[in-house]
Amino acid sequence: MTDFVLYEEEFHRLEDALMRLRQEANARAVFLIDKNGQQIASAGEIENFDSTSLASLTAGNVAATDGLAKLIGEREFSVLFHEGQQEHIHISIVARRAILVVIFDERSSLGLVRLRVKRASADLEKIFEAMVQKGETATGAAGSPSPFSEITDDDIDALFSE
Amino acid sequence: MTFINYASKEINCKIVYYGPGLGGKTTNLQYIYNKTAPEAKGKMISLATEADRTLFFDFLPLDLGTIRGFTTRFHLYTVPGQVFYDASRKLILKGVDGVVFVADSQHERMEANIESIRNLEENLTEHGFDLKTIPYVLQFNKRDLPNVVSVEELYRVLNFKREPTFEAVATTGVGVFDTLKSVAKQILVELRKR
Repeated sequence: MTDFVLYEEEFHRLEDALMRLRQEANARAVFLIDKNGQQIASAGEIENFDSTSLASLTAGNVAATDGLAKLIGEREFSVLFHEGQQEHIHISIVARRAILVVIFDERSSLGLVRLRVKRASADLEKIFEAMVQKGETATGAAGSPSPFSEITDDDIDALFSE
Repeated sequence: MTFINYASKEINCKIVYYGPGLGGKTTNLQYIYNKTAPEAKGKMISLATEADRTLFFDFLPLDLGTIRGFTTRFHLYTVPGQVFYDASRKLILKGVDGVVFVADSQHERMEANIESIRNLEENLTEHGFDLKTIPYVLQFNKRDLPNVVSVEELYRVLNFKREPTFEAVATTGVGVFDTLKSVAKQILVELRKR
């Protein structure tokens, strides 16, 4: 199983794309989450949300919905929408491996969010493609060992000594 | 699948606590949560029924400190142990880096333990993992109860690949952190190999 590696360049490109989406969709916050529940990047009023919990619950939600889709013979439900009294959450799958979460209120609308998400998804997919390519080149290049290849037993023990 | 973020200098790993229903998986996480300094942990989430049985999962994010300049973050999950929640259990294993099997030491739960390990092996395979190679720790929980099977017998029946085993009483914390450390170490050692 390969690891998911995110380098600085792509991280900033993802962040830029999310900032643009959040602005154009007039959303409160936008999160990009790995399907396993790890947060990748975010934009907007993120300090108002517990992003770690949000990532884990969203991934659980998407996983459960994927399971439901398969039960009735669908490949996936690519969009989920949760409507609250004031706040709403729009969840969609990007590049098959990531989850895009848009949190918005009455300053925006579902129609606008859907429209902007569509455009942003195309941008995000391109960035993910670049990440995959970079990952393949990195593993192919023997001259660039991962920083973790030099982890010592002492490093690991030190983590648990506190 | 470890998530390495070079931009924020973080390593994120996922550990899943597996095992039969009422074996003490949630109690393991609760003990870790209660004994961890506030700055090193996030909120613990429990998706449970009204009777406090795990319905989908428990989740606890932990920061273990830095290693080579990278913040090492572990996401701890439990699965619902009850047999009929298998579809949910399978989902939680997605992207797992290491597994803790919490066995119930009581005589009457031996069959349930065996069945659950078999189920773990099957569900891992469906996600493309192999119990033979994945970081794995076996915990013999509830050692304080009177009707328990001997450790030797538990080891003989439940040990899968000579994985590290720990006796535990999750309610009082005996063996809980030793178990966590053991699986976390194995995950980091795996990371070094790649």
